[in-house]
Amino acid sequence: MPASSKKLSIISFSGDFDKAIAVFTLATGAAAVGREVKIFFTFWGLNIVRKNKWRSFTGKGVLDRVFNFLMGGLACLPLSRFNFLGLSPRLMTYMMKKNNVATLPELIESANALGVQLFACEMAMVILGIKKEDLVPEIRSVTGVAGFLEEAKDGEILFI
Amino acid sequence: MKTVQLDVTKDHCPMTFVKAKVALTRLETGDRLEVLLTEGEPLDNLPRSATEQGYKVISVEPVGGVIHRVTIEK
Repeated sequence: MPASSKKLSIISFSGDFDKAIAVFTLATGAAAVGREVKIFFTFWGLNIVRKNKWRSFTGKGVLDRVFNFLMGGLACLPLSRFNFLGLSPRLMTYMMKKNNVATLPELIESANALGVQLFACEMAMVILGIKKEDLVPEIRSVTGVAGFLEEAKDGEILFI
Repeated sequence: MKTVQLDVTKDHCPMTFVKAKVALTRLETGDRLEVLLTEGEPLDNLPRSATEQGYKVISVEPVGGVIHRVTIEK
């Protein structure tokens, strides 16, 4: 197998519920067939890996606090279409369970079990007033473009 | 040497092979995993990806209807 097909790096930019499912479906699937998988969370994608799954006033200034409250964590991710004030992600999770399709928490748990490596974008964290301790402990390191390119070298890269 | 059973007949992509892989990582060399799965995507992919990753596919046998049993040795 050529080196380029052995590694998959995913940039998780969107904090949408459905796109987070796409990120973790690809990540777990690829890890299960033997690929080395890395996910880089940046901007809205950081909401997926916040320690606090709900809404909280974290950060330094008033702006940071209000902004972080509005964004929320894993349990507050909106659907990219037909969100209906957060009702649809719950409805979709119900439909996924009913049809025996893995839910987002199950996918994330599997990703951890399969050794998928998680990284967070330093620059986006500064803008959004997020510190490393605000993120789940599975985040290996906080990195930038150069660090990302080094980690993703000789592999395939996806932007979601 | 032990044998572990896994039923993924009710699961869908990617959990069919994700569950199998997680189960395989928990086994010791020489242990076996018996996976019950359905025809189509799971049956097409699991034996192939297991072989690609260096596991030994011992047997693939139909057990009735669309369900098959795949035995893999680590």
